Amino acid sequence: MDVRFLTAGDSAVVVEFGDRVDRSLSERVLRLSASVRAANIRGVLETVPTYRSLMVLHDSLTIGASRLIAELECLVHNAAGEKNQATLWYIPACYDGSHAPDLADVAARTGLTGADIVQRHSSTVFHVYMLGFVPGFPYMGDLPDALVLPRRTDPRVKVPAGSVAIAAGQTAIYPVESPGGWHLIGATPVRLFDVRLPKPALLAPGDKVKFCQIGGAEFDEIRAAVNADAYRVPCESVVA
Amino acid sequence: MQALEVVVPGPHTTIQDQGRIGYQDVGVPRSGPLDRVSLALANALVGNPAAAPCLEMLLQGPTLKVLAESVRVALVGCNATLEVRSANPRRIAAGQSVTLVRDEVLKVGSFSDSVCGYLAIEGGVDVPIVLGSASTYVRGGIGGFRGRRLQPRDVLDLTLAAVREGAERALARPVDLQLEHPIRVVLGPQTEYFTDEAIRTLFGSDYVVSAQADRMGYRLQGAVLAHKAGYDIVSDGIVTGAIQVPGSGQPIVLMVDNQTTGGYPKIATVISADVPRVARRRPGRTIRFVQVDVMEAERLRNDQEAALAHEISAIASI
Repeated sequence: MDVRFLTAGDSAVVVEFGDRVDRSLSERVLRLSASVRAANIRGVLETVPTYRSLMVLHDSLTIGASRLIAELECLVHNAAGEKNQATLWYIPACYDGSHAPDLADVAARTGLTGADIVQRHSSTVFHVYMLGFVPGFPYMGDLPDALVLPRRTDPRVKVPAGSVAIAAGQTAIYPVESPGGWHLIGATPVRLFDVRLPKPALLAPGDKVKFCQIGGAEFDEIRAAVNADAYRVPCESVVA
Repeated sequence: MQALEVVVPGPHTTIQDQGRIGYQDVGVPRSGPLDRVSLALANALVGNPAAAPCLEMLLQGPTLKVLAESVRVALVGCNATLEVRSANPRRIAAGQSVTLVRDEVLKVGSFSDSVCGYLAIEGGVDVPIVLGSASTYVRGGIGGFRGRRLQPRDVLDLTLAAVREGAERALARPVDLQLEHPIRVVLGPQTEYFTDEAIRTLFGSDYVVSAQADRMGYRLQGAVLAHKAGYDIVSDGIVTGAIQVPGSGQPIVLMVDNQTTGGYPKIATVISADVPRVARRRPGRTIRFVQVDVMEAERLRNDQEAALAHEISAIASI
C-alpha cells in the first residue's frame, strides 16, 4: 500500500502507511515523526504516531494543508533509509498472587502454566507502538503467539495503576487506575506518567521494553523508592 | 487575600486557557475551552491576553465570594446574568465587565442558550502551569485547580490583589452563538469505510445532540450511518471535531478532551471554525452538516479570526 495523505479537517494531516499492526509500518511512522519534529516546520504543532499512521496537527492560519502535505511528501522520501534511535527499558514486574489476578485464567485459556506465561512474557523485548487511551498508556507488541487472547468479555470498572496486562496480541501497563478489559498478569511498581517531569511519560513511541520478574518483597521495596522519588528505571540506548 | 472563594461551584466549572500543546503523542488531549471565541472575548473585556486562564461553566455558573480587595470580571458566551449580592445589589448582563469589592458575592445564573459560558477575571486565575497549560483535563486529573472541577469552599488565587484603574467595558454587540446555523465539515479521513448512502444521509438529515455530551465528545442521535464493511479500524490519531461512527451507526463529534487515538472510522471532521458552534449546542438541539473542502475550511477559519479581532477592537468603555 502506498503512503496516503489524508486531511482531518483543517487542523491535521494524517500520513497513512497502511492498515495493519506491523513493525515495519510502525518504524516508518516513527521515522517520519522524528523527521517532522527535526524539520521544525512553522505552524506544525505536534505529531501523534499510531500503529500505521502519523497525525500531524497544524495551525491552518500559519500553514495550510496543501503546503503541509508537500513538505511531508519530501520528508517521507528523505527519511526512508534512516534508523530510529530508541531507549530499551528494563521494567520490574511482579507476576505473583494479588499482583496477577488473571494469571490463572490466562493459564486455563492458553493451556500454559503460570510459569510458562511469565517466562514468555518476561523474555520478549516489546516495541512501544503508540500511547493513548489515557495519558502514558503504552500499546506494546508483539506478544508470543501462545499468549494471544481476545479481551475479557467482562471489562473491569477499576484496573489498579501499574497493572501489566495482555490482550489481542499486545501488552500494556495501566499508568493510572482506570476501567479496562485486558487480562491482568502482573504489576509494576514504577511510575509510567508524572506531570512534574518535562517528559511526563516514561515510555515514548518506538521505545523497547523488557519486563524483569521480581518478587513481592522487591515490589514493595521498589514502590517505596518510587514514592520517595529515589528510583530510576534501568535503561539503555539502542538502534531500532 | 487575593482570591475568590467558591460558595456554589455549578455543575461543571473548570479552569481553561488556550489548551495543552505537545503531549498528544503520550495520550494527553489538548483540552482548553469548548468555545474559544467566547473565551477570547471574555478575556479581552477585562484586558487580559486572549488565552488567559478563565472559568469555563457548563449549563450553570458558580456563586463566588470576593476575598480580594477588588476584582473585575466579565461573562461571555451565554445569556446568564451576573447577580451581585451585597449592600449594593446589582445585576449585570453578559458582555460587559463589572468590578466587585471584598465580601461581595457574585452569582452567575443558569443559562438557556449555549452549553458553555466563560467568566474572565482581570489578571487571570493563578494556578500552576502543568505541561505548559493551566487547562483542566478532569479525566486525567491534570492542570487547572487540582486537576478537577471546582467544589464548594475552594479558594481560587488571583494574579491581582485589586483591579487596575479604568472604566468598565462592553462588547459592541452580543456574541452570535449561531445555534441554528449549519455545521461545516470536511469529509474524511475514513470516508471510504462508509456507503454512499451513509454520506448522503450525513448531509441530508438532522441530528440531535443527545444527553451523552461532555468535553470529550457529543453523541448525536439520528439516521444510522452504515459502514461498508465493519466498524473496527486499526487505531489512528483523532483530532478535535472528528465525527467518529461506532457500530451503532450514531455519530459522535469528538470535542476538546478527546482521546488522542481510537479505533472507530471517522466519516468527516468538523472544521475548526465550527467546533465552538457545535460545542454551544445543548442536548435536544439540532445539527445539520454541510460539506466544504479543506481550502474553504481554512478560509472560514481565517475569516473567523478576522471577525474576532474586529469584535475585540470594537470593545468600548461604558
